[in-house]
Amino acid sequence: MALHRKALRDGLAWHSTAVVIAAVVAIPVGILTFSVLNPSVDVWRQQWNTRLPRQLIETSILLCGVGVGSLLVGGGLAWLVSAYQFPGSRVFRWLLIAPLAVPSYVLGFVTLSVFGFTGPIQGWWREIFGQDAWFPPIRSLGGAIIVFTLVLYPYVFLVARAALADQAGSSYQVARSLGASSFEAARRVMFPQLRPALAAGVAIVAMETLTDFGTVQYFGIDTVSVGVFRIWRGTFDLDAASEFATLVLLFALVVIGLERLGRGRARFGQAGGAASGLVQRRLTGIRSVLAFLLCGLVLTLSFAAPTVQLLTWAIREATGPRGTPLLERFAEFLGNTLLLATIVAIVCGIGAILVANAARFSGRSRTRLAARIASVGYAVPGPVVAIGSVFVLVGLDDGLGLIGIGLPGAVATGSLIGLVYAQTVRYLAPALQTVEAGIEQVPHEMTGAARSLGLRPRSVVASVHLPLARTSVLTGLVLVTVDVLKELPIVLLLRPIGFDTLSVWTFNLASESRFEQAALPAVAIIVVAMIPVGLLARQLFRGAS
Amino acid sequence: MSEPLPLVASEVWKKFDGVTAVSGVSLELGEGETVALVGPSGCGKSSLLRMIAGLDGVDGGKIRLQGVSVDDGQSRVMPEDRSIGIVFQEHALFGHLTVAQNVGFGLRAQSRSARRARVAEMLALIELPEFSDRYPHELSGGERQRVALARALAPGPTVMLFDEPFASLDQNLRVQLREQVAQVLDSTNTPALFVTHDPREALALGDRIAVMRAGQIEQVGVPEEIYRHPLTMFVASFMDEANFLSITKDGSGWSTVLGAVDQSSEGHFVAMVRPNDVAFVSDDSGDAKIQRCDYAGSHWLLRVRLRTGDEVVVLAEPDSRYTVGDRGNLGLRPGAKQVVVRQS
Repeated sequence: MALHRKALRDGLAWHSTAVVIAAVVAIPVGILTFSVLNPSVDVWRQQWNTRLPRQLIETSILLCGVGVGSLLVGGGLAWLVSAYQFPGSRVFRWLLIAPLAVPSYVLGFVTLSVFGFTGPIQGWWREIFGQDAWFPPIRSLGGAIIVFTLVLYPYVFLVARAALADQAGSSYQVARSLGASSFEAARRVMFPQLRPALAAGVAIVAMETLTDFGTVQYFGIDTVSVGVFRIWRGTFDLDAASEFATLVLLFALVVIGLERLGRGRARFGQAGGAASGLVQRRLTGIRSVLAFLLCGLVLTLSFAAPTVQLLTWAIREATGPRGTPLLERFAEFLGNTLLLATIVAIVCGIGAILVANAARFSGRSRTRLAARIASVGYAVPGPVVAIGSVFVLVGLDDGLGLIGIGLPGAVATGSLIGLVYAQTVRYLAPALQTVEAGIEQVPHEMTGAARSLGLRPRSVVASVHLPLARTSVLTGLVLVTVDVLKELPIVLLLRPIGFDTLSVWTFNLASESRFEQAALPAVAIIVVAMIPVGLLARQLFRGAS
Repeated sequence: MSEPLPLVASEVWKKFDGVTAVSGVSLELGEGETVALVGPSGCGKSSLLRMIAGLDGVDGGKIRLQGVSVDDGQSRVMPEDRSIGIVFQEHALFGHLTVAQNVGFGLRAQSRSARRARVAEMLALIELPEFSDRYPHELSGGERQRVALARALAPGPTVMLFDEPFASLDQNLRVQLREQVAQVLDSTNTPALFVTHDPREALALGDRIAVMRAGQIEQVGVPEEIYRHPLTMFVASFMDEANFLSITKDGSGWSTVLGAVDQSSEGHFVAMVRPNDVAFVSDDSGDAKIQRCDYAGSHWLLRVRLRTGDEVVVLAEPDSRYTVGDRGNLGLRPGAKQVVVRQS
């Protein structure tokens, strides 16, 4: 029978695909790690004598501050809207993820210009209390912590909401029925169950903070990521930059370690369905007003007020005499941004679909390991990924040169390829995570039934797995798109000359303190990012009333 | 030369992460025959079924379908090329497709009209002709399993496999469905391997029964043989409630407290007798004492303790009254026999 296949080769193609994808993701990080083995002592000594100690301290304080802040704000708000009913609680349940559409560097410059020394608030303050009246310094570590907390708390909010809607909620009821007070039930039953989710959420927040080097520069803070940026853009010394990037990686590893510690031995399952567990209590009187005000305040500060402020500026600039610089290239910047987001989303989507299905068809336990390696990028800060990718692409250029396709201007390093590659490495993880979750929902029996009915694995993927997991696949694509739209560090480090995106345009204008002129591109980012965030909100909270 | 058997598994082995799930199992399926593979959960019966379907490969041994080797550990035929139909416990209907699309799923190679005719035929066979446009979530559990059966049968498989298809249904529905499945298999004359952990299901469905335990088949035979003449204590007690009595040798031969048994050799053997083969006769000076009695409607179930310390479960007539502490004597019912089984 011609249908026989060597047992060893069964599923090998799937396994190899997963391994190759894992390798493509892991190589940049791997190369970077190896560079530590050959340290340039001079660079380190110089750094240690100048900026390094301060960078280490400020990075640590920033990460801890934002972690605690987003835990309190995100976790607290999730509890408030899940456990209680008050005016607007239903709307807040999904509206509170809106800040996901606001990049931290945008909220950063809006905050500085409104609350900063020359801003309207402080001007008004001085008018009332005199020229020397004390005002909390905004351009400070504390200011940065508040800004990061306001834009990043939705990550904690999302996972906490999901966990509350799931098992934690019903066990709270059980605890209450066994005679525990509400505080006791929350402390002894609820929190331990929420802990893994909260730890995961805070870890994402810490990673996002660590990856940034735009926002922190506005606030005059020096972090290790800023260090990488400064070395790379200042000297283009790849070796020194990569060594410094390993320092960022070290911080990332500490964050991951702490997350494992915080998670304990428990695991948590992501809930997608309707909230069934927690019976909500209706708040009345002053309590309901306070709850409403609290949600409203967070939403105003993080989303509504800055968006309105940006819109006002954008309109004023558009109608005023000065005009937004480079406005004539607006369409081009928007096009570049969308092009990049689309390409990366498609590449990540295909990669995620291949890896997630490989785990099912390869019949090898090592395929799962490959899948884990393929999602390592999300735990690696942008600067690390960017510098690692440069290494790979320089190698690729050299390789191409050897076989005679060496073009002046470099194929890989000077083109979009580098940008797409680095962002794929970084954002394959969220795509993979959601697609995997969707495929896992398809029972193995269903795969088996489809195959015994005569379908080859790739047809099973097309006719059974993808149709059934389509919501998850879509969510994954949406998450990647939002991330790429907002992405700044990787774009700043790797963009080909002349390739500007909305985020670069915004950042450059804001760096020169031309806040009002930066409003238009910033609004454009928020508007475009609102579309996927809206889809996410609708999907996550559909029927969860 | 006779026709090759639809399914022959010989000396099949399977290991998962170093733990042996199936160790050297051999099993055959004849033309039109239904074999029930029964055993406790984790005994390896589902692993064996997955290997026959091709969803897992064998680590040793050989599987043949209609005389052709499909897996010998070196080279395999993929599940999609084996012409095998499977019905799983649950969740295996494609939720994004209608009943008709589910049933027609394995008929892609056929023309549209041929497919439509075949789907209609299958839906008539499972007596759900009006259901073609419904979606799986609109069906009851029993209806879903009938559709799953129709879907698996539609392409005309050479062998049908069932993996605990009724385990998630309630008792009444199970009995109903199992009758329908038996009927459908009969009318299509499809040989089937039916995996279950329910001995009653095995007895009702199997032309033959294979009892599996810890990766090995302990006994194969027709239902009466498995039930009345189990070879081991495990088979005896797995299939139904059983009493085991120790055998002693006296002058005239081998016997238990209930009388003589046929035993040819010394060894690890005990005598097995089913509760309905033992009679309890009330007698205030008898040497058996009721420890516990449960009224079950159609009968009494008595747990009786003998002077020897043996405990025997007895099925008694429903029209008598029993209370704990009653005394009496035990005896075999007319025609009943004690069966010698191997200790295991």
